[in-house]
Amino acid sequence: MSVSPAASREYPERAALRFVLNGRPVDVWAAPQETLLAVLRDTLGATEVKYGCGEGVCGTCTVLLDGAPINACLTLGVHAQGRTVTTVRGLASPAGATGAAADGMHPLQRAFVAHEAAQCGFCTPGMLLTAYAFLEKHPHPTRAEIRAALGGNLCRCTGYARIVDAVEACVRARPGREDVLRDP
Amino acid sequence: MIPEPASGGVSPAAYRVIGKALPRFDVADKVRGTTQYAADWQLPGMLVGRVLRSIYPCARIRRLDVARARALPGVAAVLTAGDLPRNGVEEDPTGAGLLRFTTPVLADGVVRYQGEPVAIVAAATDAAARAALAAIEVEYEPLPGVHDAEAAARRGAERVHDGRDNVFVHWKLRRGDVETGFRGAAAVVERTYRTQRVDHAYLEPEAGVAWVEADGVVTVRASSQVVEHFRALAEILGLPHNRVRVIAPFLGGGFGGKEDMTAEPYVAALAWATGRPVRMVWDRAESLLARPKRHAFVMRYKTGAARDGSLVAQEISLLADAGPYPLLSPRVLFAALVTGAGPYCVPHVRIDARAVFTNNVPASAMRGFGAMQVTFAYEAQMDLLAAALGMSPAAIRERNFLRKGDRLPTGEAASTYVALPELLRRAQDALGEPSRPSGPGARVGRGIACNMQPYGRTVWFQDRASAWLGFEADGSLVIRAGVPDLGGGQAASLAQIAAEVLGVSVERIRVHVGDSALTPLTGGTFATRQLYMSGNAALCCARELRAGIAPVAASLLEAAEADLEFADDHAGVAGAPDRCVPLARVVAECARRGVPVSRLSTFQGERSAPPDLETGQGRTFPDYTYGCHAAEVEVDVETGATRLLKYVACHDVGRAINPQSVAGQIQGGAAMGIGQALGEEIALEAGVNLTTLFANYLMPVAPDLPDSQAIAVESGEGRGPFGARGIGEPPTGPPLAAIASAIADATGARPLELPITPERVFRALAERAGTNEGR
Repeated sequence: MSVSPAASREYPERAALRFVLNGRPVDVWAAPQETLLAVLRDTLGATEVKYGCGEGVCGTCTVLLDGAPINACLTLGVHAQGRTVTTVRGLASPAGATGAAADGMHPLQRAFVAHEAAQCGFCTPGMLLTAYAFLEKHPHPTRAEIRAALGGNLCRCTGYARIVDAVEACVRARPGREDVLRDP
Repeated sequence: MIPEPASGGVSPAAYRVIGKALPRFDVADKVRGTTQYAADWQLPGMLVGRVLRSIYPCARIRRLDVARARALPGVAAVLTAGDLPRNGVEEDPTGAGLLRFTTPVLADGVVRYQGEPVAIVAAATDAAARAALAAIEVEYEPLPGVHDAEAAARRGAERVHDGRDNVFVHWKLRRGDVETGFRGAAAVVERTYRTQRVDHAYLEPEAGVAWVEADGVVTVRASSQVVEHFRALAEILGLPHNRVRVIAPFLGGGFGGKEDMTAEPYVAALAWATGRPVRMVWDRAESLLARPKRHAFVMRYKTGAARDGSLVAQEISLLADAGPYPLLSPRVLFAALVTGAGPYCVPHVRIDARAVFTNNVPASAMRGFGAMQVTFAYEAQMDLLAAALGMSPAAIRERNFLRKGDRLPTGEAASTYVALPELLRRAQDALGEPSRPSGPGARVGRGIACNMQPYGRTVWFQDRASAWLGFEADGSLVIRAGVPDLGGGQAASLAQIAAEVLGVSVERIRVHVGDSALTPLTGGTFATRQLYMSGNAALCCARELRAGIAPVAASLLEAAEADLEFADDHAGVAGAPDRCVPLARVVAECARRGVPVSRLSTFQGERSAPPDLETGQGRTFPDYTYGCHAAEVEVDVETGATRLLKYVACHDVGRAINPQSVAGQIQGGAAMGIGQALGEEIALEAGVNLTTLFANYLMPVAPDLPDSQAIAVESGEGRGPFGARGIGEPPTGPPLAAIASAIADATGARPLELPITPERVFRALAERAGTNEGR
């Protein structure tokens, strides 16, 4: 990225930052006050990470930092130093993730399509990552537990029912039965 | 009983593609994170645009000095009202010749609401843009302003605009004689209901990227429900209409909030002024502070019924707080006027629907558009009358339901099947056995609410939509239509319609939407009109295209045209599976014979003059979608907290093009209404917005909602393609009334004001302890 003279004056202390984004190492310059959201979207072009509120309430900017869901709008970019960051584009094949397939989708993504769990799709990347991280730790949740787990991610289109349906379908298909989701 | 499909209709079993829950192509892109929303667009040398907003709800601008801001490093432009060729476009927001108004793009000498744009900047970085905003010197002379809608509507009130009455729209509906009607009433109930201001809260904030193309066309890629805004943008920039282009294919939600322009004029003006690409994304706080909201309504209802429950008269006064500019208020109030008496036969009706200027945040379109606020009032009145007459809430509704052919209060006939009796029965049945209270302080209650919501624009807007369909040489199909896709499946539904008629599989159809330069104009995605209008345009186009290529296919197959069947990417002969040719072969033969394989078609909606302005009698909306919702709640009488236990939303959708998308619209619309019923409110104090964070704007999250049931009944009698009705807006209204009724059933205290917070319930219970009124 080219840095304009004005920008370099504003960010006199840009630091070199190295982390793993969706399985690949990246090197970027980031100012200490830049959020991870800004680093991902504006510097790295990872526009699948969305700005929704900037105050850590809506969950739209959720990414996984070393596998744990965080609000990228409230996390400084420098906190990613030496760590792994996963966005929805890395969901199908992040280091350690299972279930990637030829269509480039994780079973959760496939379930979201089958159940039409996205309408406008703006909350979807964050919602998928929250659901993914939850299922990694809680492989056999109840429907109520799924609802509770998604409580930090706002969706204004669906009323959540389809999202819960999709996550639940994924749970039912486990383990080793991703084929169930291919033809619901 | 649901009737057989309307004349010429086909039973749903005859469709191959219509009615199937096909996966949407746009959803596959969205789960991969590849969909490009407005703010995701990046161009070399792109500047950052920002808006300076008024800190006061009402003030004179004594001095506005941008010299220091312009001199800052990295700042490319600072624009104020005087820098725009035209600071707004004069419009008639009534569409009926009743009002001329120019809403300023940038405040000119006076600010009329908190957050009103005063100046705009473009700079190399966001930090430089923010520094420029801070360096703009504004000296305000704060004025008290007008902040109470009822006070503003009184004679002699302080005026928001010099030389204009605060009441800027007053629609009237007069049918029969309400005095005569009330004389025949065995019971009359009179109440005042209040609904609050709410925000659309789409997850994608207002955003746009604008640039000037090499040929001089100012191009705006925006999050907008209306690509046709290119005309207003051209007027503002002093350009010919054909020199501005708006691109808005996929939005991160709209719900009416991106029907008026948002970032478009600002980002366009900055690109036009600098000649460089500019991106502008509004902060959530800006969106909550200053974007138009759903109107707060004050609704006075007087409703009378005879001993057998038949409604005899309704006298209704509706007042909406519009904020300082008309925007779409006249149309919102007109929808409220027409639907104000509910989906019932009432012989004597008198309705006055007014919108009033204030110095509060503006109000304009939001899903439900005036027809949803009134649901809260007219359905409460039905319950109160039922109680007064010793009837059940269901019985009094069944007694009064509109039927096809009955006159609406506007004097026009309900022109399609009204499925309300079935909807009511199914909604109630689906609620199942009553839940048991979870503890000694818990009370369980149930409520039902019916509604009618128009789909399509009022007929005097003479609505039309166009679509272009064309085969490629390989037999795949391209659809072009101006529709912005808000997430409701607007684009995918066009593919499903074309697939049904032309036999192309949906995977072989590419849909290009939302580009004012390259896709035929359809009108915006609002008023629950796109399936009705663009869907019909695509259907007409597909049928005409099929008729054009059918003779060629027939000659290839040596069959009669009447025996042709287009399916599975082939043209074939019905009943003879071995006699078929690939569509690509048909397309090649058409090319050889000079037969066109593409077509542009326009669907013209019904056209009529505005109704009589003194009586509201005449032709208004093309048709309505009817619904019935049922809710079960548990109220904690110790705290006043309400928990929604069960929810059923049932609508006659005419025909479900994609049942999964239809159910998604019903569930999502109901959730939005549930949020308005129980928690959401944009709170103002003397025009100052107290809710500019999501942290204090309380929308439902997943654990707040039960597993609601969406039930789509298919009467086959809608004005959309294959008999479909619109379903985008209809589910938002009934939750207000169904939940209020359930709370009244549980506690004996009827909520008359939204949102129904624990505090309001608690106070109502405390009041009720002293009196026997309520219910």
